[in-house]
Amino acid sequence: MSGRVLVGVKRVIDYAVKIRVKPDNSGVVTDGVKHSMNPFCEIAVEEAVKLKEKKLIKEVVAVSCGPQQSQETIRTALAMGADRGIHVEVAGKDYETLGPLQVSKIMAALAKKEDAQLIILGKQAIDDDCNQTGQMTAALLDWPQGTFASEVSLDGDKVKVVREIDGGLETIKISTPAVLTADLRLNTPRYATLPNIMKAKKKKIANVKPADLGVDLTSRLEVLKVEEPPQRQAGVKVETVEDLVGKLKETGRI
Amino acid sequence: MLSGCSAGLRLLVLRRCVLLSRNVTSGNPGRAAAVDGVLSAFRSICGDDGVSLGETVREQHGKDESVHRCRPPDVVVFPRCVEEVSALAKLCHRHQLPIIPFGTGTGLEGGVGAVKGGVCFSLRNMDQILDLHPEDFDVTVEPGVTRKALNSYLRETGLWFPVDPGADASLCGMAATSASGTNAVRYGTMRENVMNLEVVLADGSVIHTAGRNRRPRKTAAGYNLTNLFVGSEGTLGIITKTTLRLYGVPEEMVSAVCSFSSVQAAVDSTVQILQAGVPIARIEFLDEVMIDACNKFSSLSYPVSPTLFLEFHGSERSLEEQVNTTEDITQSNGGSDFQWARDAETRNRLWKARHDAWYAALAMRPGCKAYATDVCVPLSRLPQIIVETKEDLIESRLTGHIVGHVGDGNFHCLMVMDPSDQDELHRVHLFSQRLARRALAMDGTCTGEHGVGLGKRSLLCEEVGPSVIRVMQSLKDAIDPNNLMNPGKILL
Repeated sequence: MSGRVLVGVKRVIDYAVKIRVKPDNSGVVTDGVKHSMNPFCEIAVEEAVKLKEKKLIKEVVAVSCGPQQSQETIRTALAMGADRGIHVEVAGKDYETLGPLQVSKIMAALAKKEDAQLIILGKQAIDDDCNQTGQMTAALLDWPQGTFASEVSLDGDKVKVVREIDGGLETIKISTPAVLTADLRLNTPRYATLPNIMKAKKKKIANVKPADLGVDLTSRLEVLKVEEPPQRQAGVKVETVEDLVGKLKETGRI
Repeated sequence: MLSGCSAGLRLLVLRRCVLLSRNVTSGNPGRAAAVDGVLSAFRSICGDDGVSLGETVREQHGKDESVHRCRPPDVVVFPRCVEEVSALAKLCHRHQLPIIPFGTGTGLEGGVGAVKGGVCFSLRNMDQILDLHPEDFDVTVEPGVTRKALNSYLRETGLWFPVDPGADASLCGMAATSASGTNAVRYGTMRENVMNLEVVLADGSVIHTAGRNRRPRKTAAGYNLTNLFVGSEGTLGIITKTTLRLYGVPEEMVSAVCSFSSVQAAVDSTVQILQAGVPIARIEFLDEVMIDACNKFSSLSYPVSPTLFLEFHGSERSLEEQVNTTEDITQSNGGSDFQWARDAETRNRLWKARHDAWYAALAMRPGCKAYATDVCVPLSRLPQIIVETKEDLIESRLTGHIVGHVGDGNFHCLMVMDPSDQDELHRVHLFSQRLARRALAMDGTCTGEHGVGLGKRSLLCEEVGPSVIRVMQSLKDAIDPNNLMNPGKILL
């Protein structure tokens, strides 16, 4: 086994930012808005770095698909302990329509090219909430998948994954190579420290174009409209219980 | 609540209830008219949504996390930028209305109580983090930014703002109260870490205490206005921006716990650790009463005796040295059960007792309220004051737990008291006065971190003396001649 782990890291609008919809309803405002690494991707990076610290794997490669700024996200992964990065350049219209299908094709192509033993992704991104990339990547590669992982342990050429499911926790054992997606309770990501940020500046980030990987970026989806959820209306105060019952009947609630 | 009171007391309580439930002001008809007059002007500045007369909103803005009762303002305004703050202040100035700045309401000395009514400036909508300069280790924030929000924002930069008073407080509010925290022993308090402030004065004028946009790491330019406003608790102006000093996130952290047979042994260890030059990040003392409460609350099994909780920050190599030196010192003072941990989960578990102290204290007597004293003395006097304080607690038949930032000589006595037991409340009050005077007699201060607020104004007079009070008063008179800025706080 190569001992190499690919970790996908996505640059998204920071979770603390108040999202605003563009006046033309074509999307959300991204210009001048703080971006950072998707929180579930942070957890994925942390897990990969932990595996390397336990000497269970040899190399962590951070991958991001997007414009120039995605390199910042890769640098953060490097500061957390990833060894090198791959920046897949996607910009302009292609970036606006970039989604799980294209990213999973890219990840699959890279996994073959880099002879990866494991791919670890966040379970979903906080901007689109798709929760699809990990599963699609596994399907394209015909690899087993351990999604919503809250615990991961390597055992020879097998991986034991404890998954968070609706009814509780499910434990599965899958063989490598495999795709894992990280859920919230998998670990607590470390903060980047200044010395590690300095070291990260010297680590290499390779530039790759999707075409070099034989990936077609055409999207099969077209966003028609983006709107804010309806504004919360003010409540109505009533004086008596009879009034309350009357109002509930009026609006057909009872 | 009303049963069991005398008729006269009942009448008083009823009158107070009626007054509190009136929509605008209570008591002062002149002020009522003034407030009514400016309401539409307020609305034209910060919008209809930005002005609230609602009873619940006013009550929320009339109290903090102290035991002081709620003193609601007459109206709450929600400015969105410094220009609005300035315009609102000008109006208040013209109509002689008190101004009370409000951050997160997490203060512990009743600092936001509107004792003379007036206008509460709730600054939570000004929540921008501006001007981060990672290479210069500084950042400027508005009052709606809390310390946890800032540290989350900084998480990819390798920097953090370490002052940690426990609550997720507004950073500008922390500047106003000169807040401190468990790691002041290593990183200092707000006084050492505020580089510049934007302040709106009572007449609406806007100043930058160190000059607009300036952020040199040190300066010798003119009077230190920045540190005049730090700790002024809203009595000199409204802080609308603060420029803060940032630090590198610790490379590694180690936490440790150690038990001692006596308070003296624990504090002696503290002094020796500092004298040995260990750059300890946190050193917290819990007495056996506190540990007992923590054991019960968090199902832990620490030995029930005076305990030190320690935290070390640094590189892997320096940590090893720090921990070894510290362990040697604690051993030489008879310390036992020295446990330490590096990984986040075990560290959190070790420190859980300390983190839950407040709730553990409250849980010892359900239904009661808690009050924390806050004295600070020179390190060498700490054993004596803690021992005398514990004796006083027993004599006064009070429930008190001691938690201390011993590295700074600062400790809190967490008292749990029954709010309906007038005698107990009275004993707590007298005890706190005695404790404060004990600290003053030992060259200390009546408040290490929480501030003067409402309850410690007379103690401040005792602490600094009449000539200093005269100087403080003359500064107040010069900057806020009409006493509109948060009246009734700090100075009598």
